[in-house]
Amino acid sequence: MDNLVIAGKTYHSRLLVGTGKYKDFDETRTAVETSGAEIITVAIRRTNIGQNPDEPNLLDAVSPSKYTLLPNTAGCYTVDDAVRTLRLARELLDGHSLVKLEVLGDPKTLYPNMVETIKAAEILIKEDFQVMVYTSDDPIIAKQLEEIGCVAIMPLASLIGSGMGILNPWNLQIIIDNAKVPVLVDAGVGTASDAAIAMELGCDGVLMNTAIAAAQNPVLMASAMRKAVEAGREAYLAGRMAKKLYSASPSSPVSGVIASSSPNK
Amino acid sequence: MMQLTINGQTQNFDGAVNVSQLIEHLSLQGKRIAIERNGVIVPRSQYTEQKLVDGDQLEVVVAVGGG
Repeated sequence: MDNLVIAGKTYHSRLLVGTGKYKDFDETRTAVETSGAEIITVAIRRTNIGQNPDEPNLLDAVSPSKYTLLPNTAGCYTVDDAVRTLRLARELLDGHSLVKLEVLGDPKTLYPNMVETIKAAEILIKEDFQVMVYTSDDPIIAKQLEEIGCVAIMPLASLIGSGMGILNPWNLQIIIDNAKVPVLVDAGVGTASDAAIAMELGCDGVLMNTAIAAAQNPVLMASAMRKAVEAGREAYLAGRMAKKLYSASPSSPVSGVIASSSPNK
Repeated sequence: MMQLTINGQTQNFDGAVNVSQLIEHLSLQGKRIAIERNGVIVPRSQYTEQKLVDGDQLEVVVAVGGG
C-alpha cells in the first residue's frame, strides 16, 4: 500500500483539508467527508464568554474520534502567540501533539516569517510537539526545519488563499529531493490540476482550504481534489514518459497505412 | 471585589471564584474549551483547585474552522 506516514502514523489519504470559510458546519462536514481527508486543520480562537451559549461547536461536525485534527497557529505573528496557541490546542485536544505551525510576517500576503517560525519550532519540539511546519519555498530553510526536528515540511505553492497554483515548481522539486521527512504543499492550490501538479512533482501530500471552501460547489470540488491528489500520486509513481521536443512518435503502427493518406508519396 | 480579564474583557466578581465556577458563570460547562491563566495552561484536572485572584488574565479558547 502507498501510504502517507507522518510522525510514525499511517494515513491512506494524501489530501489534508482545512475547515475554514464554509457557509455552515453541515457544508464543512460534507466537504471534509467527500474529500476523503483524514487530517483536518482547525484554528484556535477565543470563545464567546456566555453571550451565545448555544453556539454550535466545530468539533461536533468534525469529530476528533473520526479525524486527526491538526490545530494551526493561523493569525499568529509572534513566537509567543504561536507557542501559546498550540499549548492551548494540546490541552483542548486531550494531549494531542501533532500541530501545524505557521508564524506570519505580513498581513497583506500572509507570507511566513521564517526566522520566527524556526524559533517557535525549536520551542515546540523541545516540548514534545510533532510539528508540521508552514514555510516559504526556500530549500535551505526547509532543510533547516527538517534538521531541527519538524515532522513534515509544508512549503507554499503560492500565497495563502490566493488560488494562484504552483508558482515555483523548481524550488518545490529541490525541497522534495532534499527532504527525508514528508513534504506537503500547503497554500496556493486553486483547482484540481494544481493539486495534481504538486503530487506529480513528488510531494507527499497537499493541504488546502480555500480551493475547496471558496469553490462555487465546495462538495464537488472536494471530490475533484480527492481524485486529483490520487491521480497526481499515481502519475508520479508510474513515472511519466520523457518529453521529446520536435520528435513525435506515433502511437499507431507506421506500416500498412493505405497509400493515399501517406504524406511522402 | 475581584477583577478578572477574560478574553480581553474585564469582569468583576464578589468573593472567591475557582476556574470551575468561572466556567459555570460563563455558561461554558461541558463545552470543549481550554484555558490559559496568566500565560500558563490550566489543566482540566486543576479546574476546582485553582482559585482565581484579582488581576488574573484568562484566555478561554475553542476550536473553530481554519486552514
